[in-house]
Amino acid sequence: MTLYLIKRLAVLLASTVAAAVAVFAFMALLPGDPAEIALGVNATPEAVAELRARFGTDRAPVVQFLDWFGGLVQGDFGTSYVTSSPIGPQIGDRLGVTAVLVLGGMAVALVIAVPLGTFAAVHHRDPLGVAISAASQIGIAVPAFLAGILLVFVFAVQAQALPSGGYVPISEDPGEWLRGLLLPWASLGLVQGAVLTRYVRTAVLDVMREDYLRTARAKGRGSTGALWRHGLRNASIPVVTVLGLQLATLLVGAVVVERVFVIPGLGDLLLGGVAGRDLLLVQGVVMVLVAAVLLINFVVDVAYHLLDPRLR
Amino acid sequence: MRRIGIWIAAGGLLLSTAACGGGSDGGAGPSTPKTQSLSVGFVAEPANLDFTSTEGAAIPQALLVNVYEGLVKLDQDGRIVPLLAEKWDVSEDRRTYTFTLRKNVTFSSGAAFTADDVVFSLDRVKSDWKLKIKSQLDVVDKVEKKDDSTAVVTLKKPSNGFLYSMATRLGAMFSRTGVSDLANKPVGTGPYVFGSWRRGDSIQLNANTSYWGAKPALSAITLKYFKDATAMNNALLTGGIDVISSVQAPESLQQFADPSRFQTIEGTTNGEVVLSMNNSRPPFNDIKARQAVRHAIDHKALLETAWAGRGQLIGSMAPPTDPWYEDRTGDYPYDPAKAKALLGGRTLNVKMRIPNLPYAVAGAQVVKSQLAQVGITAEIEPLEFPARWLDQVFTKGDYDLSIINHVEPRDMGIFADKSYYFRYDNPEFGKLLASADEGTEQQQIDDLKKAAKLLSDDAAADWLFLFPNLIVAKKGVTGLPKNAIAESFDFTALAKQ
Repeated sequence: MTLYLIKRLAVLLASTVAAAVAVFAFMALLPGDPAEIALGVNATPEAVAELRARFGTDRAPVVQFLDWFGGLVQGDFGTSYVTSSPIGPQIGDRLGVTAVLVLGGMAVALVIAVPLGTFAAVHHRDPLGVAISAASQIGIAVPAFLAGILLVFVFAVQAQALPSGGYVPISEDPGEWLRGLLLPWASLGLVQGAVLTRYVRTAVLDVMREDYLRTARAKGRGSTGALWRHGLRNASIPVVTVLGLQLATLLVGAVVVERVFVIPGLGDLLLGGVAGRDLLLVQGVVMVLVAAVLLINFVVDVAYHLLDPRLR
Repeated sequence: MRRIGIWIAAGGLLLSTAACGGGSDGGAGPSTPKTQSLSVGFVAEPANLDFTSTEGAAIPQALLVNVYEGLVKLDQDGRIVPLLAEKWDVSEDRRTYTFTLRKNVTFSSGAAFTADDVVFSLDRVKSDWKLKIKSQLDVVDKVEKKDDSTAVVTLKKPSNGFLYSMATRLGAMFSRTGVSDLANKPVGTGPYVFGSWRRGDSIQLNANTSYWGAKPALSAITLKYFKDATAMNNALLTGGIDVISSVQAPESLQQFADPSRFQTIEGTTNGEVVLSMNNSRPPFNDIKARQAVRHAIDHKALLETAWAGRGQLIGSMAPPTDPWYEDRTGDYPYDPAKAKALLGGRTLNVKMRIPNLPYAVAGAQVVKSQLAQVGITAEIEPLEFPARWLDQVFTKGDYDLSIINHVEPRDMGIFADKSYYFRYDNPEFGKLLASADEGTEQQQIDDLKKAAKLLSDDAAADWLFLFPNLIVAKKGVTGLPKNAIAESFDFTALAKQ
């Protein structure tokens, strides 16, 4: 187990470094010069050259990379081209908002998927079970931002029941904080919930066919009771794995949903940075997202290893 | 339809309860005077609050006139009017400006505003400002204090541009003791003071209770920033904001058509939507080809189709709020036959590299189909704005046609720079601009009229239309600036009934 952990940790570190190289290379390929963009249509060539020197973008790419990566290792993300303020604290502020969004979306997904998926599995021959299964297919096909736009139209514009966007920090007004997050959570959670429903349904169906469940029923437990007591725990193992993978998808979905709902999270920071070619900021945000995904995968892998003795 | 009616009825109930609970004027009890606040939606958020070292229109838009004031300001008709200066006298040789300052003006820090601050602020432009536009004040020779309420500016040569520049951010008055943290803590004399900033979301300005002029009618204004136009529209529809400072696409106006809830205000801007032609390479280094383009475009139809008829036709590089504006739309009337004749039977294949902005995309399609009628095939290539458009079209000049809204005020001068992406080169034009700046005000008007006519005659570009200023607000909001012709969004008169 220790050996596995060391191996897995080495893979994590190696992939993080590889990701840093890839992120930097992609940014270098992006057309558009940050200095030109900062100066806009009034720029003179001298001013652009001067700003390039200030940004450090006139240096060789290898030097720029080493400078950036060296800072990263020490936890220093550099200074934003556009706001001239340190990037680390900015990412820190936004990360909290995105985390709340993603975790809330995940909770909504679970609340939807577990009962519906189980129901659809138990009643997989009934019309209602089939209907749930079919409806979840539609849910899978709808991207989160579209769900967001539709929810805004119905609940904010037509019903005027919830705000169409904006974010109030919980420290200022917990009620408004919650009201502002309901629709974003729903738009992330509905779509992920649909995907998860399929997995729950399949997992429960698989478990229902197992011998030990038949035995439990033969010993006098009702089919629902047997499922509750022996089925769901076993069915949850593959679902938890999928949940880990979905966390990554949610993170990506949040980037877009933040724009629809005007939420100042990481995605909002990222898109703004791309448009202004605030390259260091974009690199920083992407690295944080990549690291988060790699870390989630690492945790899931290790947890799986611990849970499933066959893998040891 | 019935269902929608029910939604709205139910929503109204919820909204009224929400308004009771979620009001931002928490301090207003029955005994305190009535306080009101407004929230206004904007597109671009400032990078920081220091417009002396950071480019970007969003900073002066929020702060100039509202937080910082100059000696003079630009009014809604484009005239220069007194602000912190009660009056000014210009010497016979037009090189000395004597400003008589208002008394009893204080900065939000409590410090008194005197001629020393005028000297300090104008000297600082030369010594500390980092923007390219600071060269506009290179003409200043020296700034002196005569007494506490009189400041004298001497110019190296007569310049009409000087006073105009003083109405922009360059003329903003800073306190000698208030420039230590410009990026975060602006200190000015304006009717509002900087309150707080929630990055990525909003900036709050609070009323300046010790303001020297008429006290603002609102206790606070929130500037709320939206990167997405639909999100901003939705915020107004749902009561999240009270005003959309500038509607991004005229099609969205129909959502706000209900006069019992909303008002739409249409004014003008300084934004000339220019169909730029690369004057330095074939085919548009040939004046006949450029003239053919101008004759080939039916501007009226274009405005109707591309921008719902909102905006104004201009015909050259001057908006109607400039004193030298002349209607030049008759110079090249829509005449496809004449366009064909100018081309002499040639057909052209050109690249139209446009920014991926709504007006440019909509305009380019109309331009393309109209040019096709006279034998010019334009291939539209939308480029990401700002990054790729700036790189390829603006910096490298690798384009035949482009469309961009030139929003800077009094920006006819960009045609005098032959390295500017129009690559227009006519020494006569530069001479007119120089003599306009040095002459009397009447001379300036006469010369710039000639200059605008010269641009039009040379077909240095084509002017598709003047970008409209479209504001939508809740009913009952008053004092909104109709025209967007200055650098600031002037909140001075803003009120709520």
